[in-house]
Amino acid sequence: MKTYNITVFTENNIGILNRITIIFTRRHVNIESITASDCEEDGIYRYTIVAKITESQVIKIVNQIEKLVDVIKAFYYENKEVIYQELALFKVANSSFKNQKINSLLKNNNVRIISVESEFVTLEKTGSSEEIKNLFTYLKPYGVLEYAKSGRVAVSKPMRNLKDFI
Amino acid sequence: MEKISGSQAVIKSLIKENVDTIFGYPGGAIMPIYDALYGYKEDITHILVRHEQGAIHAAQGYARASKKCGIVFATSGPGATNLITGLADAMIDSTPVVCITGQVHSSLLGTDAFQETDVIGISMPVTKWNIQITKSQDIPNAIAKAFYIAKSGRPGPVLIDITKDAQFDLLNFDYEFCKHIRSYFPFPIINKKEIKNAAKEINKSKRPLLVIGQGIILSNAENALLDFVKKTDIPVASTLLGLGAFPNKHKNYVGYLGMHGNYAPNIMTNECDLLIAIGMRFDDRVTGNTDKYAKQAKVIHIDIDKAELNKIIPAHYTIHADAKEALNELTSVVFEKKHSNWNREFEILEKQELNQVIYKSIKPKSGKIKMAEVINLLTKKADKNTIVTTDVGQHQMVTSRYYKYENTRTNITSGGLGTMGFALPAAIGAKLGAKNKTVIAIIGDGGFQMNIQELGTIMQSNIDIKMIILNNNFLGMVRQWQEMFFNKRYSFTDIQNPNFIKIAEGYGIKGKKIENRALLDRGMDQLLKSKGSFLLEIICEKEENVFPMVKTGCSVSEIILK
Repeated sequence: MKTYNITVFTENNIGILNRITIIFTRRHVNIESITASDCEEDGIYRYTIVAKITESQVIKIVNQIEKLVDVIKAFYYENKEVIYQELALFKVANSSFKNQKINSLLKNNNVRIISVESEFVTLEKTGSSEEIKNLFTYLKPYGVLEYAKSGRVAVSKPMRNLKDFI
Repeated sequence: MEKISGSQAVIKSLIKENVDTIFGYPGGAIMPIYDALYGYKEDITHILVRHEQGAIHAAQGYARASKKCGIVFATSGPGATNLITGLADAMIDSTPVVCITGQVHSSLLGTDAFQETDVIGISMPVTKWNIQITKSQDIPNAIAKAFYIAKSGRPGPVLIDITKDAQFDLLNFDYEFCKHIRSYFPFPIINKKEIKNAAKEINKSKRPLLVIGQGIILSNAENALLDFVKKTDIPVASTLLGLGAFPNKHKNYVGYLGMHGNYAPNIMTNECDLLIAIGMRFDDRVTGNTDKYAKQAKVIHIDIDKAELNKIIPAHYTIHADAKEALNELTSVVFEKKHSNWNREFEILEKQELNQVIYKSIKPKSGKIKMAEVINLLTKKADKNTIVTTDVGQHQMVTSRYYKYENTRTNITSGGLGTMGFALPAAIGAKLGAKNKTVIAIIGDGGFQMNIQELGTIMQSNIDIKMIILNNNFLGMVRQWQEMFFNKRYSFTDIQNPNFIKIAEGYGIKGKKIENRALLDRGMDQLLKSKGSFLLEIICEKEENVFPMVKTGCSVSEIILK
């Protein structure tokens, strides 16, 4: 079992996400993270799906995803073949900042302050899920009011052109 | 341009697609479409079924007999959900079916309105493609796309759900056939290098075995296969859905594969040095235990569905292609060869099966009538263009074993899904899809009662179907398993049957019940010569088992003869 990054390029039609996830569900494979966005080609949608599976499983899943009428192309990559990031937001009470140590913690972890409200501060961290998890552990003692994290977004290292598949 | 309603556009689009037969059942949400259909009674025959499941199985039978798309109309809610079994069946058996369902007014979607159901969500895993239309102007394109998707590549069922307002609203009608969808690639381009490599392996092989599936039929590759076999002299074995693709009497035909298949091809799967699989998907009923399947052999797998390649059995050579194109390419590059000794090895095994299983099944000296002798008699008497539909269970396996299919598209059965209740409605569709052919539905006593209401369709539309019930008063295949693997604990397989002849009579269908071997021959003649539909009920041996058999978990070469 390995972590695989599956990127799927699709038409922007209703229900496509459902069609893709059904393929994972049928094989009893858990999706660790999924993100959807537009991509470099107008009108084409991009899904980045992370799952822990075997290589033979990922090949079969990718083939079945590609078989969907509305899917243009699907690829799978190991972690070393992609550049990837996740984004997390932390809501921390203003009172927590009385402790000076938190400022160096934020600096050391490349955390950005993106909003200062009357009662709380919103912190943003981009990085690997490991880095984000660590930061959450460090921040916990100061009091985290809310924590939300995105799924993984990734671009592939191999050079390819989506246009070749349209 | 004159504006027409969405419903008119549905019918006009279907006529553009050359549709002449629709199987359906009206209801509230599809009433505008039925109203439009009323004006086209001269152009389109509508067959009113008795249950929507009957409609879709009939459409499947129609598609498989005629090479065309089967068309189904159903209303929203229960009408649509009753299609699901047939959609799943058509999906797994690659049958082109276009279903059009009515849906509640678009403003009511998601509100639990009367007869509203999320048919798009429910049918998603069992359709090749589906779409919900809420705007009338989207109807022509959706229908054009539906036909293109259903028929091209690996065929399959599609569903179009049309809200009631879209059926009423007006549009400018302009129909354009769909020829291309940028995200869909149904016509793989053959890789010449793959052909060359496969040909090299075929030329080298001393013990090659061809295993063919329905892909041969779907790609019209029957003649291409004959040419290939003529040149290479390779023995040919068939899957359940492949039966009929290659003539049974051909000298290279070595039999039917799988759990209740013939002895020789199952044994030889594990003896060959090269397995050439074309248009088949290595179903578990064909492979038995995959860890012990053809391990000694190089495998060439040809399929139009890329997702089937390396899915179950890893292949040394995969050819992602249409079966006919691939066969033609291969035939042009392989050497002419004779495999006389290798073919003879099959004959030796075939004799073993004849002596130990077949003779005593088709010519029993005493006891009740056996299913095999009925099918053996039928195959002798029936015209070779006859279409035989079967249901699921012992009668299906016995028919597949003993009926000699000589022509393509004469075998219509529920393979992948194993849907009881399939044969009767499928026969109705098959007859309408091939009006000049005799259609015989062979059904067990259990399966007959699963869509027995379709006798009403036969009555009303005056369709000529010859029905044979092989009645052993048991759910026979499950009973066989209970006997073999569950210590003969016959848990709820003992089924009490009605008087089938009287039921048929109620629908105005003649019938005859045969219990005595001496009367079997005459009964069969009566069935085959009857004018119009006829029901022949044959009381069979109660606890007969189908052999040979590859038990669950066993290898195909561990097939047992008794």
